[in-house]
Amino acid sequence: MSNVNITKIESVNKKVEREDSKWAATWREYKKNRYLFFMLIPVIVWYAIFHYAPLYGILLAFKDFSPMLGILHSPWVGLDHFKFLFFQSPDFMRIFLNTLLISCYHMIFGFPAPIILALLLNELRFGWFKRIAQTISYLPHFFSWVVLSGIVIVMLSPSEGPVNYLLNMVGIEPIYFLADTDYFRSTLVGTGIWKEIGWGTIIYLAALTGIDPTLYEAAVIDGANRRKQIWYITLPSLLPVITILFILSLGGILNAGFDQIFNLYNPAVYEVADIIDTYVYRAGIVGAQFGLTTAVGLFKNVIGIALVLGTNYVVKKMGQEGVL
Amino acid sequence: MIYPFLHIASISVSSPAEASRFGIHIYPKEVDFTAWKQVLAQEKIWTGFGNSVFRTVVGTFLTLIVMSLCAYPLSRKNLPHRNFYTMIILFTMFFGGGIIPTYLLIRSLGLMNSVWVYILPGLVPTFSMLVLRNFFMSIPAELEESAKIDGANDIRILLTIVLPLSKAVLATLALWSAVAHWNAWFDAMLYITDESKQVLQTFLRNIVITNSDAETLGRSAIANIRYEASIKAATIMFAVLPILIVYPFLQKYFVKGTMIGSLKG
Repeated sequence: MSNVNITKIESVNKKVEREDSKWAATWREYKKNRYLFFMLIPVIVWYAIFHYAPLYGILLAFKDFSPMLGILHSPWVGLDHFKFLFFQSPDFMRIFLNTLLISCYHMIFGFPAPIILALLLNELRFGWFKRIAQTISYLPHFFSWVVLSGIVIVMLSPSEGPVNYLLNMVGIEPIYFLADTDYFRSTLVGTGIWKEIGWGTIIYLAALTGIDPTLYEAAVIDGANRRKQIWYITLPSLLPVITILFILSLGGILNAGFDQIFNLYNPAVYEVADIIDTYVYRAGIVGAQFGLTTAVGLFKNVIGIALVLGTNYVVKKMGQEGVL
Repeated sequence: MIYPFLHIASISVSSPAEASRFGIHIYPKEVDFTAWKQVLAQEKIWTGFGNSVFRTVVGTFLTLIVMSLCAYPLSRKNLPHRNFYTMIILFTMFFGGGIIPTYLLIRSLGLMNSVWVYILPGLVPTFSMLVLRNFFMSIPAELEESAKIDGANDIRILLTIVLPLSKAVLATLALWSAVAHWNAWFDAMLYITDESKQVLQTFLRNIVITNSDAETLGRSAIANIRYEASIKAATIMFAVLPILIVYPFLQKYFVKGTMIGSLKG
């Protein structure tokens, strides 16, 4: 037995002296865990095909694409597309502004909404009623914007919809919510809240259950009414969650909700409703301006990644756990 | 909150006079099932339904398998170059080719007009996979170690120990994937022109939003135009009902799962 041990130690010493020992060691590790790699490698291949191969297409942003010549042989135009977008195209600035504005509206109104609803739901005393209310509130989240837009179009119809019917009863003229540039963005935000407010309360309600009840008891002894309790105990306790979610949503500011807008918009409201993604679709897929719209997509991607990294850094600096 | 659904449901079974009545609809004052008959008689609605079911079932099933195959190795600390592999996968969550390069890729792969375009490009939802990986990482190491002492290789450990313990997480991820597949419409619109392979959501879109499906809307006969509102409503309800039926049973998985995912459980 001991002879074998001594022999083994000697042979390990010998291996370390060889020059290719690093590669051999790595290969040995791979062989040792080969089953893990049998599992992992096909998936890596999938990522290579479906996520990394398209990155090659980003070259289109710098070329004048001709389908006959293919990506590689199409003429190189450098930053021409970007120069066009920023300095010559009247559309792009408007689209960029729309995207930012719509995202901001979504955040100003849509971000506090689930918080308020969560606080209200928390006040409910009857458990069964609270559960039913929650279940109902989650429901619109599970439908696609195709379904929900179909419903919204009927509800907001100027001739047949109940919203305009109620307005009519108080003497207001019918409003073409979906075709009126003054009302379209508000409609987007309102229907967006309808869809996501319930789902958004889940995290806040979970956080609310984690607040120490003795804090509330102490507040009651000090004579605080319900409103003061919420202001001085509940909200500050929710602050970490609120902060993280707010900063994360900042990272997605250039995604203003393509699904929703694409299904609700129409040419009458393009000037207020067109966002980066809808423009890329119309000019790119339908209009086949591959080079230009790839440039737009690249711009959006780079800003997006900068925002995500930046906001993640801020979150970490504030002492919270980041996403990355 | 749910009034809009009641409104649509009521209109779908209302007579034309009642359907176009300007007002609040909660229940139909005059019942007429013609719209539903018209919708259910459309063959394309049923092919759409079938394609959606195919996509949801096969897509979710394959996604679960491939996600597990990916998450398990990434969860093992002894995987060589583990950080490298995790990083290259994580990177794809933040940076991608965009609509145009992906479109060109699908074209060059020959996936245009193939039902596999519904399943292959979205096979591994990275966020879900990471949730699964985190869960695998939380399984006590003693279980794996004692199995290794008994001579089990990684595949056996995955199948006999790790996966059975992960049923709850897998159920949640399966539901996320199923909902995403059922509701998907954009990839179908971009890549599929063959009507026999189209999904329900796209047909719904053509009927209700773009108004381009003249056949279903019954515009061939003048008499049928009065039913347009009810036909649209019936089609919406047809797409809504499957989810409504399944929802009460699965609701608790959705909620628990979101908490797992977001609180990094």
